[in-house]
Amino acid sequence: MNWLVKTLGSSIGKKLLMALTGLSFCGFLAGHLAGNLFIYGGRDAFNAYAEHLQSLRPLLTLAEAGLVLFALIHVMTGLLLFYQNWTARPDRYAVNKTAGGRTIGSATMPYTGVILLLFIIFHLFHFTFVDKTNQTIFDIVLISFQNPLYVTLYIVVMLIAAIHVSHGFWSAFQTVGLNHPKYMPLIQGLSLAFSIVVAAGFGFIPVYMSLMA
Amino acid sequence: MTKTINITLKIWRQKTAQDKGGFETCHASGISTDMSFLEMLDVVNEQLTLDGKEPVSFDSDCREGICGQCGAVVNGRPHGPEKATTLCQLHMRHFKDGDVLAIEPFRAKAFKVVRDLIVDRSPLDKLIQAGGYVSTNTGGAPDANSVPIPKDIADKAMDAAACIGCGACVAACPNAAAMLFVSAKISHLALLPQGKPEAAKRAMSMVCTMDELGFGNCTNERECEAECPKEISIVNIARMNREFFKSAFFSAVM
Ligand code: HEM
Ligand code: FES
Repeated sequence: MNWLVKTLGSSIGKKLLMALTGLSFCGFLAGHLAGNLFIYGGRDAFNAYAEHLQSLRPLLTLAEAGLVLFALIHVMTGLLLFYQNWTARPDRYAVNKTAGGRTIGSATMPYTGVILLLFIIFHLFHFTFVDKTNQTIFDIVLISFQNPLYVTLYIVVMLIAAIHVSHGFWSAFQTVGLNHPKYMPLIQGLSLAFSIVVAAGFGFIPVYMSLMA
Repeated sequence: MTKTINITLKIWRQKTAQDKGGFETCHASGISTDMSFLEMLDVVNEQLTLDGKEPVSFDSDCREGICGQCGAVVNGRPHGPEKATTLCQLHMRHFKDGDVLAIEPFRAKAFKVVRDLIVDRSPLDKLIQAGGYVSTNTGGAPDANSVPIPKDIADKAMDAAACIGCGACVAACPNAAAMLFVSAKISHLALLPQGKPEAAKRAMSMVCTMDELGFGNCTNERECEAECPKEISIVNIARMNREFFKSAFFSAVM
């Protein structure tokens, strides 16, 4: 198994880990967003969805464990790459200018990533690890978004998430070697479309909830 | 019609690899816009010599854009602001009278500054030694068309082989990665029948050597492709990744 450690520890191996875990998170985001749409069905629809999800417990636990493992891999590999890439140029340029390759997304991956990590931890304590004996999840969300601070925070972080995936999505395809002249423009288009869906889809929920009350 | 311009240069001066180095300002006066960037530096150096000062050291050889020897970062752009152009093929007509240009050496941990604008790019040679070749038996020259190669494959291999090894991709990469260079070599050889027997060994060996030499990791910023004087595409990087995965997961290469 020495060869596997060597492969995954190489530059391209680490990129592969980033791409596979990152793409899985994109899948998670799509699923999470689809589930959250039940909120537009009102209190009963959303609570029923939440209960149904909990009834899948053994499967749900497996998925959660997978997400935590993938998050550890994605974050640790990402931070390692950030460190290695920073030290690969100990003497920096006095003048930095782009030739047009980089985007806001590509240039900010480690920063948007760290913000996402902090947000995910906050988000879990905000809506997941809370006492739900006297209140349903719908009401917890509804009450939270009466506070304009939370509304703003969620919208800003969803924009940051969109920026992260606007680069991450197509980049993951390139990394695993899927760059084809016929399909690459489509993948890059999907990358942009997906980031808009993430920003608008997640970002509108806090706005809607604050208007509901 | 020939015009002349006056420009101000802030040039990186560094005596030895150990020296700290810093920017020095000099004036290039009466520069013909027909000159190349290197000819402009020649004029500056003649003046520095007449003034009893040390001329600026910089690399060049062919001065026709094919050898890959020249290169410096001009106002943040390796080989200057023009697309698909080496520094020796960059002409002064692209600059205006009164311009101020910062000229720095290519910067990467793997490229040590030797003196002023000259950097040691021998790590690229080490990469070639790690597998950027094909092993063939000597003997009579084979028949020219005995190994048929489809035109589109030959074209792709030729596009990758256009790499002149100047190192601008490393200089341009925000991560100082050498992936465009390595991918051009791996692609050029992996596409052709002559390169296939050693493809798996080559991909593993070149990628591992690239990591050992201290180059950074690609994050698909695409600055390399935008700066490459030969316009090598990042589709080669995707192909290199495929070759690496094939080697790692589906070959006997350890
Ligand atoms: C919902 C959460 C997240 C999603 C959907 C996501 C998605 C992605 C994707 C698809 C990539 C592209 C991989 C590639 O270029 O091959 C990526 C890269 C990256 N991610 Fe995330 N990510 C998330 C959270 C995070 C977090 C919490 C961090 C924390 C440090 C992070 C740091 C990075 C970094 C540094 C990269 C760039 C690595 C590289 O390009 O080599 N990400 N992400
Ligand atoms: S001197 Fe040969 S490419 Fe510029």
